[in-house]
Amino acid sequence: MTSKSEHNSMFLPRPSLQRLLDALRGAGYRCVGPRVKDNAVLYLPISSADELPSGVEVDQAPGQYRVRESSPSPRQFAWANGPQALKPLLFAPRETIWRATRTAEGGLSFAEAAVQSEAIALIGARACDLAALALQDKHFLHGEFPDPYYAQRRERLFIVAVNCSHPAATCFCASTGDGPRASSGFDLALSELDEGFVIEAGSARGQPILDSLGLGPASAGQVEQALAESERAAAMQTRSLPSHNLRDALFMNLDHPRWAEVADRCLSCGNCTSVCPTCFCHVENAAPALSGTESEQVREWDSCFTRGHSHIHGYTVRPDTRTRYRQWLTHKLGSWHDQFGRSGCVGCGRCISWCPVGIDITEEASAVCGDDA
Amino acid sequence: MNPYLPREARIMERVEETPDIFTLRLRLTDAAAHEAYRFAPGQFNMVYLLGAGEVPISIVSVPGDAGLLDHTIRAVGRVTNGLAQLRTGDRVGIRGPFGRGWPMEQARGRDLVVVTGGLGCAPVVAVINLILAQRANFGHLTIIQGVKHSDELLWRPRYALWASLANVQVLLSADHGGPLWPWRVGRVTDVFDEAHLPSGAMAMLCGPEIMMQTAARLLSQRGISEDDIYLSLERNMQCAVGHCGHCQFGPDFVCRQGPVFAYPKIKQLFSVKGF
Repeated sequence: MTSKSEHNSMFLPRPSLQRLLDALRGAGYRCVGPRVKDNAVLYLPISSADELPSGVEVDQAPGQYRVRESSPSPRQFAWANGPQALKPLLFAPRETIWRATRTAEGGLSFAEAAVQSEAIALIGARACDLAALALQDKHFLHGEFPDPYYAQRRERLFIVAVNCSHPAATCFCASTGDGPRASSGFDLALSELDEGFVIEAGSARGQPILDSLGLGPASAGQVEQALAESERAAAMQTRSLPSHNLRDALFMNLDHPRWAEVADRCLSCGNCTSVCPTCFCHVENAAPALSGTESEQVREWDSCFTRGHSHIHGYTVRPDTRTRYRQWLTHKLGSWHDQFGRSGCVGCGRCISWCPVGIDITEEASAVCGDDA
Repeated sequence: MNPYLPREARIMERVEETPDIFTLRLRLTDAAAHEAYRFAPGQFNMVYLLGAGEVPISIVSVPGDAGLLDHTIRAVGRVTNGLAQLRTGDRVGIRGPFGRGWPMEQARGRDLVVVTGGLGCAPVVAVINLILAQRANFGHLTIIQGVKHSDELLWRPRYALWASLANVQVLLSADHGGPLWPWRVGRVTDVFDEAHLPSGAMAMLCGPEIMMQTAARLLSQRGISEDDIYLSLERNMQCAVGHCGHCQFGPDFVCRQGPVFAYPKIKQLFSVKGF
């Protein structure tokens, strides 16, 4: 790509990957990386590079995700994203945010819950998820009311990106402009080749870790091959979303018959919003103790596909699947532009793979927008 | 500063308004915090009941008089039914104030029209009180309030008092008028033909959306600019800081960019079911 990246690109032989993990651990991080569990590639704690999913490939299609462990390839990152993004590491699926206690004198005291945050080094973040992370940062951190729970975890997250070389059939990050190559938002970035990794630092935190490995520069051929693999990964993608702002086209078509048609297929289950790396909706519930004098305020992920999401006393704003699916899509691809200056879709394709009935966001968007897109 | 953490407040007085509507008059336990507390009419607090949860309630006191924080509440759900059981001296939690209130700066020196329906009057009662407290700063005031049944009219003596003031017109209507109901029987929008709606007036609307839609249309037909029509929206507000996503209305979070909106800002989606 540029002479700069060639300058800064070092080569990490595959047998030395363990040294990177050791260096991160030495710097105080707990390593979390991809492992095969429950027939999916999940982000889990790792202590050894041998635990990475060697020879694993993944097939994805609408409503389908299958791990294949038969590949003879030495590669450990030759798969597209599993169900998790970085979201659960920072925006906890369920957590207590504060506790209320009735004192002996009848008063009420409120205490902030401590965040159990450990310094984590995440190995294997993909470009689409880094784009989503930037959006979640904007939502939770960069407004008038920064979220203290998200902030504490975010501060202690070290990110090792891995450029995606094996997109799934459901991926379309090239069309949203978010991948497959990570351009920013990482501390270190790896490009996997058969014999090892081209590695570069992307932050002041990443540089000393890279320096401590004492690696030699990557060859021009290695750098070129890494770039070629990224280009091939982009060219392989068959799905796409129009890269321009779909807000006007979507809001012009709020009465389109397609909304009712997709609602006939949609189960309103919320899988799409759970796996979406940018969806941020959450609910707060009081969880009182049996004593009656204490209650925890618990927040957990919510979904705009639930009835409760839009319920106010005596009235549900979105009573049916048609209006809920329309809310999700018009927000994600439309009003997201007003709120965040870009679309809320980073092209990871998870909502397509993990939809039990295989609804495809790219297909629905193009059906609704039609020639207005 | 944790935006989710409530502060303790004491119920200084509980006022029974109707069989299911009550007002909690609150003071923050922390005296310095209570002194420092500032809000604009139309803003709301999240009111917390131990073990039950939080609800968004608009603040109906007159801003700036350093008194109590009044919250008028209808018992309609789990939390509000619980709050209804509380008595003077009991404690609740409050967070706030949140959201954008009524545009009082732009309202200075102008004629004003206030249209409300049902308990919708609560968020604008603070405005009416403010206007009457600073009478010289505002022009003619037209108050239009509708209720389903005449028994549900809150603060009936106040309307009678307001109606007796110079430069104020009060028009009340009940869908169902009971005995001794001196006002109109019919929909609130039916009284518009009697209303004094000076050109250049600013209008503030609050209440059921179907009523606000009709009122906005009638006001516009009577020559009030759409730019001068403001409405307070109600949505599922949980976090109150624009994070939880429930109150989204197109591009806006009602808890942050609202609950008070200029009509042109929300007009496109206002009549679309599902937003």
